[in-house]
Amino acid sequence: MSTLTINKNNNFQQTNIISLKNVQPRETIYDVKDLNLWYGDTHALKGIDLSFFDKEVTAIIGPSGCGKSTFLKTLNRLVELVPGVRTTGLITYQGKSILDQSVEELRTRVGMVFQKANPFPKSIYENVAYGPKIHGIRNKKILDEIVEKSLRSAFLWDEVKDRLHENAYGLSGGQQQRLCIARCLAIEPDVILMDEPTSALDPKSTLKIEELIQELKKNYSIVIVTHNMQQAARISDRTAFFLNGEVVEFDQTDVIFNNPNDQRTEDYIRGRFG
Amino acid sequence: MNTSMDHNIKDLIRKNKESQKLPKITEKFMPILLLIITSVSILTTIGIIFTFLSETIEFFKRVSVVEFFTSTTLKPLSQDPEYGVLPLIAGTAISSVIAMLVAVPIGLMTAIYLSEYASERVRKIAKPLLEILAGIPTIVYGFFAFTFITPILREIIPNLEPTNILSPGLVMGVMIIPMVASLSEDAMSSVPNALREGALALGSTKLEVTRRVVIPAALSGIIASFVLGLSRAIGETMIVTIASGSSKNFTLDVTQSMQTMTAYIVEVTSGDAPAGSTIYYSLYAVAMTLFIFTLLMNMLAKYISRRFREDY
Repeated sequence: MSTLTINKNNNFQQTNIISLKNVQPRETIYDVKDLNLWYGDTHALKGIDLSFFDKEVTAIIGPSGCGKSTFLKTLNRLVELVPGVRTTGLITYQGKSILDQSVEELRTRVGMVFQKANPFPKSIYENVAYGPKIHGIRNKKILDEIVEKSLRSAFLWDEVKDRLHENAYGLSGGQQQRLCIARCLAIEPDVILMDEPTSALDPKSTLKIEELIQELKKNYSIVIVTHNMQQAARISDRTAFFLNGEVVEFDQTDVIFNNPNDQRTEDYIRGRFG
Repeated sequence: MNTSMDHNIKDLIRKNKESQKLPKITEKFMPILLLIITSVSILTTIGIIFTFLSETIEFFKRVSVVEFFTSTTLKPLSQDPEYGVLPLIAGTAISSVIAMLVAVPIGLMTAIYLSEYASERVRKIAKPLLEILAGIPTIVYGFFAFTFITPILREIIPNLEPTNILSPGLVMGVMIIPMVASLSEDAMSSVPNALREGALALGSTKLEVTRRVVIPAALSGIIASFVLGLSRAIGETMIVTIASGSSKNFTLDVTQSMQTMTAYIVEVTSGDAPAGSTIYYSLYAVAMTLFIFTLLMNMLAKYISRRFREDY
């Protein structure tokens, strides 16, 4: 574990956007300014300021009930489904307020993977083809290609290629979650939001998904909420630590895990609470 | 204190056990009693089918099966009686189709609105109101069809007869709406929200989520609601008896009076059909046909809902 972090440490010295010499600073894709959110009278998110960068993995860690998942759902406006939710502040996606663009367009560009795998009760093929189909792709050949490509990208193709037309509910939990990732990749989003995607999975499936995330990072920006601090340390470039609806600290993952600025971050990382 | 309590409870339980001989007997005989009670409904069904069969066989000794199922004339009271069931089947089928044409779209759309769009408050008010509609006795609907709907329809369709199959068909449809709406709504609202979120997160509009995810996932429940509605329409008696008259026309013209199988049974049993007469036995043959109809319907429904089932 510690050697891994040290290795990462070195990598980060090279890719650090602030102190870099010869690498282009990464583009900011999401910018959150002074975000507040209330569920009725409960002030769930308090003055959040965060930025996410292109082709990076950002982990959001923190104890249960600190607003991590709520925050993730504000990014694709899924939080609006909850009755009685009120937000203030500004979230811009690629320079434009998310409230000024069509919510369908936003969610097409920003995919999401949920805590519990939620494949549709359809065949494996139809699950992956769902997104392209609702966005008007009808051509059978193109759909076939998309389905194969997405399943390959999600490391699932070899396991399911002979039973594409069987119900997705016949897959194991880990396979279902990778199917949900494939479904999300099928419309080629720019960002993938992941809400504790491995919390319901066994260690082996978790490892597969972590490998997958490392691979996806080449083409996608990823924001992942996780309970698992080792996971955050293993897979993310940056980490935000949430506590009671506030961002305590947001920095490069190696800084957060090895040299945090805030005592509360230190205490949480060292397992003193949470 | 704790130990004394423990002793007390142990003693109490032991004492109770010893004093209760009765529970052991009830444990033994309860299943037998329950079995006897269960067999009441099963035996009744068997009894009904047996009576049906024997009386139907008696009928077919007097009237040929071929005549019964192919003749388009039904005049049991004439000097030279004819017993063709086709006019009754036509009447039943046409009135049921009209009813379903009303109930399916309105019921389904109501269900979609209540399940997917209405706020919790609207749903809480609208659902009980709908269920009131389901509680109205059918005789009231029949009366309503005859004295209210038919006169209005006659303004629009001048050649509509005072008793006709259209008006009771429409009113039966209205009667079935709450059943279709309520059962379909149950089926749709039990589709997990995670599926809706998953679809929305892919950039679906609300309508796409409803059409492509919620309805397919709820389809077996929705089809079940249609079939229950259809069975209700086929078996409905009072509305058609009152508003459609008793002409045994074999036609597709909905402006005419037609008779359904159920209405025929009402007519014959309320007149004086002496036991043992052919017309008396014809009741059983018609009832048997009706029974087979609904049975086939239920089997079809089971098949369809298995075929399209999307288990979540």
